[in-house]
Amino acid sequence: MKLGVILSISKTHLLSRKKQTAVAALGVTFGIGAYVIMMSFMTGLNGLLDGLVLNRTPHVRLYNEIEPSEVQPIEKSAEYNQHKQMVQSVKPRQSQERIHNALAIMSFLKEEKNVRGVTPVVRAQGFYLAGSTRLNASLQGVDVMKEVELYNLDDYIVQGNPESLATNDNAIVLGKGAAELLSISVGDMVQISNVTGEVFPLKVVGFYQSGLADIDKVQSYVNLKTAQRLRGESTHFITDINVKLHNMEDAPEVAGDLEKLFDIKAVTVQEANAQFETGSFIRNLISYAVSITLLIVAGFGIYNILNMLIYEKMNDIAILKATGFSGRDVRMIFLSQAILIGLIGGALGLLLGYGVSLLISHIPFDTEALPTIKTYPINFDPAFYVIGIVFALISTFFAGYLPSRKAQKIDPVEIIRGQ
Amino acid sequence: MSKALEAKNINKYFRKPTEFHVLKDISFGIDDGEFVSIMGKSGCGKSTLLYILSTMDTDYEGELYINDELLTSKTPDELSMIRNEKIGFVFQFHYLLSEFSVLENVMLPAKKLGIKSPEEIEHDAMTKLDLLGIKDQALKLSSRISGGQKQRVAIARALINDPMIIMGDEPTGNLDSKNADNVFDIFKSLSQDQGLSLLVVTHDTDFAERTDRIITMGDGRIL
Repeated sequence: MKLGVILSISKTHLLSRKKQTAVAALGVTFGIGAYVIMMSFMTGLNGLLDGLVLNRTPHVRLYNEIEPSEVQPIEKSAEYNQHKQMVQSVKPRQSQERIHNALAIMSFLKEEKNVRGVTPVVRAQGFYLAGSTRLNASLQGVDVMKEVELYNLDDYIVQGNPESLATNDNAIVLGKGAAELLSISVGDMVQISNVTGEVFPLKVVGFYQSGLADIDKVQSYVNLKTAQRLRGESTHFITDINVKLHNMEDAPEVAGDLEKLFDIKAVTVQEANAQFETGSFIRNLISYAVSITLLIVAGFGIYNILNMLIYEKMNDIAILKATGFSGRDVRMIFLSQAILIGLIGGALGLLLGYGVSLLISHIPFDTEALPTIKTYPINFDPAFYVIGIVFALISTFFAGYLPSRKAQKIDPVEIIRGQ
Repeated sequence: MSKALEAKNINKYFRKPTEFHVLKDISFGIDDGEFVSIMGKSGCGKSTLLYILSTMDTDYEGELYINDELLTSKTPDELSMIRNEKIGFVFQFHYLLSEFSVLENVMLPAKKLGIKSPEEIEHDAMTKLDLLGIKDQALKLSSRISGGQKQRVAIARALINDPMIIMGDEPTGNLDSKNADNVFDIFKSLSQDQGLSLLVVTHDTDFAERTDRIITMGDGRIL
């Protein structure tokens, strides 16, 4: 009941000066609108850029690194143990590229509860043969349908479809750049030679485009079996195991455990793509900085308008106090005006933000680098809208706090006497 | 007879710019239903006294009772409640909320009190406006009516919560003689017919002479 009276007074105040109210509310509207637009667009872009690399990158990649032994033979010798040892020109240790017991490791990983999926990869080096020219080729032998499921391989197959690769052991999805160099179209045959010089004719069933030109010139996808055949190895031969987790943040911990457990090299997505994390962070930081600046400006606008209003309303405040409204009531009258401005301006800001975001999300955005993207990416996360309105209320509360406290402290006697 | 208002040994100092003893040992009372006027030269402290009696000014020494309830040293919020419930004000300048309608102005103190339903309050407000002969102006904006009408609206507002006492600071000071007479007649009938106590600060000798009692002040004392 009492709050009703206070709200009806502040409503009358706001409505009897529509222009000022509108200006104050518009300040908030633009602040919140800009926040929503910027966050939607920025995180949309972040998602896109992350998707470009992170979604295609396994969270943990297991492989055998070819590296020098940590302990050189001389260090094991008791005779020379006390001597200063110098070993020059250390070479990498001869070791197998294949992962020992890969199938067992994979079935172990599949049982882990934070693992979303495990895929085997056979990497094979070779050459595309075009007459007498040989172009470098890096072939990825993959479990095609699993790659599609976990790493959206189909998004990057710009011609043809992944199914025809999965079902054909003599097929290849050729990198778009390589296809252009070789003047090959879908349905043609391409000659691939492996490092030992054996030549394999493979049928081109599709083109692959990652968006990174250098990769597209070299990388192609084949069936797991095809890659094993190219390397002349059995079906147990696997060079990499890619692990996708439910939660990307768990990767370092999982990688550490696996390294110890299987004596193998484990690279996490964070190590492989550190720059992307930084980029996302900086972009978010910029969005927040700009939005907060806009809101502070809007807040000062509200502060000013309320301050002026209180000077104008000195008589009203005195009379309200004389007729029995307490200081707190008067304060609530002005504070509620600020919050009402925040609420209305904020709600309009959300609408504005949503409208403009919707508009942007329909603007065509064609780029070679991102074959799956047709329009600008927008992230319609409801969290931005919730944060936006909370932001609006908090900033207008602070803008109204000081002026309304001043109104609370006004001494009615001074005003009435002053006349 | 019980007292509507009683002041005991009230002293008041202005501290700025230099210390100045405005009110010196003021003691008096007003009976229920009594119509009292305070007269005195400008600067003798009569308005200052009125603001102390009205509970708006709390910076004084001495004791103040309304309806035998001691008000000195109550908190500002409690005093607001008492002003709302027991005291009605009429000022020289009409002091209506200009953005509100006449009816809303009259209703506000009752809404603040919050005892009656909005419908009852509206009914009461219309009754008071009718009593003062300005019922037809009820829905106008309060900035759109004449000075005499404004003063009557202010009186209606002062009456809305059926207070113990009405206080006026030169309520006729800004009105022509016809309107001033009008206001006096309203006050007189409130005191006679409804048993309301009235305390009015005035410069107007004609007005004062027609009240039940005149308190004359000079140099911060009651003469």
